[in-house]
Amino acid sequence: MAERKHAWGPRDQNVLIGKEITRLDAPTTIVGSAKYSADINSKGTLFAKLVTCKHAHAKIKKIDIEAAKKVPGVKAVHLFKDIDENEIKWDGDLIAAVAAERAEQAADGVKAIEATIEYEVLEHFVDEENLEAGKTAERAKELGSASEGDVEAAIKGAKVVHKGYYGIQTISHMCLEPHGSHCEWKGDDLDVHLSTQNVSGTAGQFAEPLGIDEANVTITGNYEGGGFGSKFQADEWGLAAAKMAKEAGRPVRLMLDRATELKTAGTRPSGFVEVTVAADAEGKVVAWDSHHWGTDGPGGGGVDVQQLPYPFKFPNFKRSQTGLECNTGPNRAWRAPPHPQLCAMTQTALDDLAAKLGMNSYDFFLKNLEFTLNDKAGTYAEEMAIAAKAIGWQEKWHPRGEGKGPVKRGLGMALHRWGGGAGPCTCEIKVHPDGSVETFLGSQDIGTGTRTIISIVLAETFGLPLSGVKVNLGSSKYPTSGASGGSITVGGVSGAHRRAAQDALWTIFDKVAEKYKVEADGLSAREGKIFAGKKEVCSWKDACRLIGPMPLVVKGEGPKKDGLTADQVGGVQMVDLSVDTETGNVRIHKFVCVQDCGLILDELTAKSQVLGALIMGIAYSLSEERIMDNKTGRYINADLKNYKLPRIGDVGELVAIMHQPASEYDRGVVGLGEPPVIAPGAAISNAVANAIGVRVPVLPLTPKRVLDALKKGGNA
Amino acid sequence: MPDQGHPTREDQIRSGSGFSRRDFLKGSGAAVAATTLAQSVSETEAAQQAGTKVAPAKASAVKLDINGKAVTVTVEPRVTLLDVLRDDLSLTGAKEVCDTTNCGACTVLLDGKAVYACSVLAHAAVGKKVMTAEGLAGQGVDAVAQCFVKHDATQCGYCTPGFVVATRAFVAAKPNATVEDIGKGLGGNICRCGTYAGVIAAALECSKKGGK
Repeated sequence: MAERKHAWGPRDQNVLIGKEITRLDAPTTIVGSAKYSADINSKGTLFAKLVTCKHAHAKIKKIDIEAAKKVPGVKAVHLFKDIDENEIKWDGDLIAAVAAERAEQAADGVKAIEATIEYEVLEHFVDEENLEAGKTAERAKELGSASEGDVEAAIKGAKVVHKGYYGIQTISHMCLEPHGSHCEWKGDDLDVHLSTQNVSGTAGQFAEPLGIDEANVTITGNYEGGGFGSKFQADEWGLAAAKMAKEAGRPVRLMLDRATELKTAGTRPSGFVEVTVAADAEGKVVAWDSHHWGTDGPGGGGVDVQQLPYPFKFPNFKRSQTGLECNTGPNRAWRAPPHPQLCAMTQTALDDLAAKLGMNSYDFFLKNLEFTLNDKAGTYAEEMAIAAKAIGWQEKWHPRGEGKGPVKRGLGMALHRWGGGAGPCTCEIKVHPDGSVETFLGSQDIGTGTRTIISIVLAETFGLPLSGVKVNLGSSKYPTSGASGGSITVGGVSGAHRRAAQDALWTIFDKVAEKYKVEADGLSAREGKIFAGKKEVCSWKDACRLIGPMPLVVKGEGPKKDGLTADQVGGVQMVDLSVDTETGNVRIHKFVCVQDCGLILDELTAKSQVLGALIMGIAYSLSEERIMDNKTGRYINADLKNYKLPRIGDVGELVAIMHQPASEYDRGVVGLGEPPVIAPGAAISNAVANAIGVRVPVLPLTPKRVLDALKKGGNA
Repeated sequence: MPDQGHPTREDQIRSGSGFSRRDFLKGSGAAVAATTLAQSVSETEAAQQAGTKVAPAKASAVKLDINGKAVTVTVEPRVTLLDVLRDDLSLTGAKEVCDTTNCGACTVLLDGKAVYACSVLAHAAVGKKVMTAEGLAGQGVDAVAQCFVKHDATQCGYCTPGFVVATRAFVAAKPNATVEDIGKGLGGNICRCGTYAGVIAAALECSKKGGK
């Protein structure tokens, strides 16, 4: 018998893989019948609200949570902070929670507690862009440095040297479904509906602090309304819900309110940099020297700059960093950490260097591709050519600031990379004797189409329609699967399912071969039938009847180095926009992303990942940022009115081009969620600089920052 | 132990006595409610005069028409239609995201017009036909929903039911809409995952077909 090897089939024979398949759960989510954790409302559910701190830095001197218990409808109260012991280190940190019959009664309970609190207000510092102020306030901490080669000598010998200042502000994750859970005790068992990216990994986080066995905890997460890297934990508010549910003997639903979601449940660190970068006469970068600062909140860290300059390794480089300890909410991983900041801090400076060299940015980046990581230079060059054609780079490009009238048009580009290797996954496939197929795995579909791509893999392997397979995920009681973060889910689940499905199919082929006296090696499954070469042997159902009275159960595992999955992706983004120099408004005309990502399972949802990333990129490039008030230390735009996200009319024409030569298909599956969100900051900033002739140094490029930069002038 | 005294979900009633503190939104909404509920007029006025002081507000029965079904809930005047839909009736297609009329995730149709359910008090919805995302689905396979599926106008899905309801009202009012029309007409809904490209494609197709 020929060796049976796990592999994807020939690309041209795929029926489902690589096609545009609409997501299978869309009919459920679209009409509102999908139940998210925030929607769970089992009989007797109490609704919880939070008491949060209104000071950036304080201690609680006095608090009376009993005050809430006198409020009609209130059934349980939880205190997060011990009096006098815990310092509160940011505006919005949690103090207490109140669970009541009705949400408005819980709000009454919150007010009753708020009226009893006395604070000792302490000195705060939130001015994260101001390095000198941070030093004066003794909030600055040196985070180390790294260097290679001889930067000073290289700069001395360089043809052109550019010095610049750049930055990118803190943003919040702003999950539309806030963090939170619905907790219900059934005897000693705790059932948690958790809004999470980590169904298999959070039961223990509830069990241990609650003093119960992990086996008694069930985490359910069928749908999750956005996480973006911030929902991997049970969190103190999850434990509070479980404790209040115990206290009241009733289920409790505790979702963060919008302000607390923004202030406390995750931010992306800010990064600011002073950089010197130098090139030779040809336009090749010879040296990079940067000093970074910013904050990740009370921890006093910042953006991890180890991969900077990004994604290049220049012959000579030096970098150092100072972290600022701020009274701001703590950071959490934000989609592609920390690449968006690294890209914005590197490729803006490089583009200014190109302008100083008098080079077209395209030629400059092309010339420096030899310094990119992971042998991707050739792929980047192909992608640049495709993107340039799609946006009309060579026809439209002009040197900086040329253009008449108040509205100036400009082009900008940037490139990115990401790992995206397969994450851990175990699944259990059941092929039932009646031919129906289902799988169980403790993974989650966070809006990336995980259910759909698993169905595609199973249906393709068994030669069935998508309706012939059923995917069961979202429970911690299913076989353990990894958290969804870092673009590792698609590789994890597709590899494990392909392996298990092929194993199951081979078992069935052996039974068919024996029964129908054919060679197992020559069998294939397609169109709901088993074929020997081109000859139909039996139907899929006939084949499955040979399994016997019990279902065939096969476990799938991963990741494995068998070629089904790979890692390392790259992409190029180009943007065409206009800047109104009178209002400071930036308008995107066209935004192109050319992206490689190995074998694509579903072209439709893959493109959606790219388009969505471009929009998130437009958001942090043009409008969204956390605004801290230095005087009060408070996060003053922690609501959806003043935290500016783009709306549907603000995004322009978006083009996602999946770079799919045969060499990409042959690599196997690689994750895609993170990479396309990395380059928009630099691409958009570069296009604005190209349009108006000056660099707007700090993202987001709000009208005020654009006008300030125009007023200041100069710079490249 | 479960609290035996508390009303059951099957009754679809979650009453509360409690206290109410009226901010601008809820005070002004209560004035609208007063026109349809004679019994609460004096109470509403008293509460409004009380300004921002904590004032008691008695829960009273409200008869609503939700997705073509008559439903009665007993709630205080300050309770929004959104809270009644989600917490009293478990109709969770309308999502609570901002609760400040900025994001559109709670969009429902009120007499066919798209409104934010967080901006409407339950008492103010009396005598009006409320249609939620679930209600659209209940009318058979909705053309707008089909277009959303086809163009993958959803990712995490949390904003999507609100977008679908808003799009349903938009395409009915604006056949043959342009991309620019959609930018304005659907600008009241926010998506974080970035599904706007799909929503535009879906709205264009639906609008071309007149929402059918």
